[in-house]
Amino acid sequence: MAELSFSGLTKRFDGHAALDRVSADIGSGEFVALLGPSGCGKTTLLRLTAGFETPSEGSVTLGGEVMTDATRFIAPEAREIGIVFQSYALWPHKSVARNVSFPLEVRRVPQPERDARVAEALALTGLSAFAHRMPAQLSGGQRQRVALARCLVFEPRAMLLDEPLANLDLALRASMQEVFRMFHQRTRATMLYVTHDQGEALALADRVAVMERGRIRQFAAPEVLYREPADCFVAGFVGDGAVVSARACEPAPDALRIEVLGCRVPTRTNTRRPTHASIRPENIRLSHDAPLRGRITGCTYLGGRFRLTLEAAGETLTAFATQRARLGETVGLTLHDLWSFHDPEGEVLMARAMAEA
Amino acid sequence: MIATRLRKGGSRSLDRLFPLILLPVALIALGPVLRLLLEGVGLGDGLTSEHLTTVLTREGTRTALLHSLVTAGGGTLISILIGASFAFLVALTDIRGKGALVFCLMVPMMIPPQITALAWMQVTGPSSVLLKMLGLAPPLGSPQPLHSPQGIVLLLGIQHASLVFLTLRAGLRMIPADLVEAARMCGGGTLRVWAQVVLPLSMPALIAGAAMAFVTALGNFGIPAMLGIPARYSTLPTLIYQRLVGLGPSVLPEVAVLSLLIGLVAIAGVLAGRVVLSRGGFGLVGLSGTPLAFSLGRARLPVEIALWAFIAMILVLPLLALLATSLIPAYGVPLSFETATFKAWHEALLVQPVTRRAYANSLFLAVAAALILMAICLPLAWLMERRPSRITRLLDGLIDLPYALPGVVLSIACILTFTRLPFTDLTLYGTIWIILMAYLARFFVVMLRPIQSSLAQLDPAMEEAAASVGARLGRRLRAIVLPLAAPSAAAGAILVFLTAVNELTVSALLWSSGTETLGVVIFNLEDSGETVMASALAMSITCLIIALMAAVQLGARHFPKGTIPWQS
Repeated sequence: MAELSFSGLTKRFDGHAALDRVSADIGSGEFVALLGPSGCGKTTLLRLTAGFETPSEGSVTLGGEVMTDATRFIAPEAREIGIVFQSYALWPHKSVARNVSFPLEVRRVPQPERDARVAEALALTGLSAFAHRMPAQLSGGQRQRVALARCLVFEPRAMLLDEPLANLDLALRASMQEVFRMFHQRTRATMLYVTHDQGEALALADRVAVMERGRIRQFAAPEVLYREPADCFVAGFVGDGAVVSARACEPAPDALRIEVLGCRVPTRTNTRRPTHASIRPENIRLSHDAPLRGRITGCTYLGGRFRLTLEAAGETLTAFATQRARLGETVGLTLHDLWSFHDPEGEVLMARAMAEA
Repeated sequence: MIATRLRKGGSRSLDRLFPLILLPVALIALGPVLRLLLEGVGLGDGLTSEHLTTVLTREGTRTALLHSLVTAGGGTLISILIGASFAFLVALTDIRGKGALVFCLMVPMMIPPQITALAWMQVTGPSSVLLKMLGLAPPLGSPQPLHSPQGIVLLLGIQHASLVFLTLRAGLRMIPADLVEAARMCGGGTLRVWAQVVLPLSMPALIAGAAMAFVTALGNFGIPAMLGIPARYSTLPTLIYQRLVGLGPSVLPEVAVLSLLIGLVAIAGVLAGRVVLSRGGFGLVGLSGTPLAFSLGRARLPVEIALWAFIAMILVLPLLALLATSLIPAYGVPLSFETATFKAWHEALLVQPVTRRAYANSLFLAVAAALILMAICLPLAWLMERRPSRITRLLDGLIDLPYALPGVVLSIACILTFTRLPFTDLTLYGTIWIILMAYLARFFVVMLRPIQSSLAQLDPAMEEAAASVGARLGRRLRAIVLPLAAPSAAAGAILVFLTAVNELTVSALLWSSGTETLGVVIFNLEDSGETVMASALAMSITCLIIALMAAVQLGARHFPKGTIPWQS
């Protein structure tokens, strides 16, 4: 296993920058998810790492060794990086066992050791019973696990997973997530996992890189992304809730107070000049007598609780309630434990994101 | 860069060396055609247009050109009649047994033209064994009705009907059903819908198919040679053949001009077809929906009977006549249970050295062409698909040329190129190798297209996955690409084999004693009056062809879409 780093990585297709000066360091044995809407450049970053594309600028380094930069290019087959494709890319003319043993055949591993390692990889992915099946005779989840076994059998220095669950149904996704987690715990492989599903990214990864328009907007642990988003895009893209404009009031001695939705509330922050605040559903407490009033416009039962949509001071908020609320009813809202941040371009970004959605 | 090369010299340098295969490919496939063009402007005689003017002003040239245009044009009209009727009925209606019908319609195209001519000559004429058996033969001494321009036109029409059929059927499948349903909703009856919606929409495909049939008929040598030479009716290909065979290589510059002339007419036809097709396909692209289907209702059975009766007439009848002739002991003897004998078959297949040699030559040429082309086309198709460049695209556009040009044109081009190999004193003329070179050039595209289409359908991730687990380029090609492209390569090889094994036009000009091919021998046997033996040999080849076609047909589901020309 080795650490992976990107430095000033740029990739242009016909003048359009799919990746724009991306720099990041991924520790050895770390599970990192690349999260973003389609077209954000996450798959391009993955293909540059694998060596299927060459960067326009910048470099990729694996375990201290330059994989690609302006003067060097190490071919994909020499990188020792495993990849699991969205389409699985199982070779249809080889049986499951032959698919998994191919990486070892290429490395001229002697037959007895090869058989042992293939059997081990198949056992780890729960495929021992399917060794002699052809890929066409497998279900989607089984194919996915063959692709995983084929990748882990040669103990790559890093593993790349390109939307590996996108073609599976919901129930299978949950169980495959378990497989990935278990797999990562056992192998401690450096893993780079591309997805557009934030649930997957937050559930699996040690750290998540949120990408948009060829750039990494925030690279942090899932709970940090959720509780302390760096800008409006991350705040809106990750998790539920609203992003509203905010303005700093007079600085208090201990915590900053901001003015948001016409109220003055204390806030967690990393700046003296916040422009926006992220209001998660759990930041809103419903009460009868609070001065901030909200009108209920939507009510969805989530099992165990209700998700309310509210109109308050011209903004749309979401909150949780323990009992059903009538549409049109007005309730009092108290805000607490907000997070505010500095993002002057925020409005523009949100408008653009909405326009493209 | 140095570090890269040290680490992975093998893979990288293979990637760099690979494009070098483009050079021999371009030379073999396009070199002769280029050489012919240069000959036309008088290369070697100090750039003169003397040959050009003498040949073009000669009376015989103009007559032959006229005859070529008349027979090819007339043949095209018959092809349109047959091909279009079948295409409309098979593609648009609910008749049964479409697969078998299409297969039978394709057989005439795969049977070599000289065999078609020979078989039909056994149906008509005073010495027809079949007619004699039935007591219908015209009196002895009456002329063979097929030895006439009309005969040539009829057979050319039947031979190339399937070209019109295939193109038109592909076009008809593109017409979405909702267009016709819309016309129905507006109150149009079946006939009106057909005339005002379906026919105009299918016109481009029809014209393109007709252009292909015209070009192929123009280059056809077997039929005008078998039927026209006895009647002293020359077309351009037979004129070239007669002059070259009669006067030897001294007339090369002159026949070069003749072949350029026919090449120009052919290219004009090809271009006209392409222009029409590219314009016509435009408006319908993007419309989805189920293809058209009319119900014939109570007319279905009569239509089916008519179609199969027609197949019987153009396929079964001539083959029966051919079979009947091959079973008599000597020409002129009527066929009955007492006289029937396999003597001619035995003689042709086992005794005569010429026919046995021809079988050996043709099988060798066909197998060698198929194997060599498979070996070249697999990497070439991969290169064109995965590493496209301006050169591969140019090659892709020109590679059709040797196949689209009439066979005589390519033959003359090959004689010019290989009689004295460039930069050496070696000659290939008179050896079997010149025929092999010509076959390689001519059938290149027959092999390349199926492999190209299967590689285009192959997910690039298959190869990327192999690269990511450590397989270098050579290994990836062997372990992943080759096995996955193998079925279509096999289909391509069988197609090349089928086309090459009974090829006449190219080898008619390139053979010499000892290098006869099957096509040449049938032609020569008939020419020297050995009709019975020619029939036996022709019948044996026909059986071989139908068996091979059936083999391809049975394996059809293993091939990617578009591999087998008569399926879609």
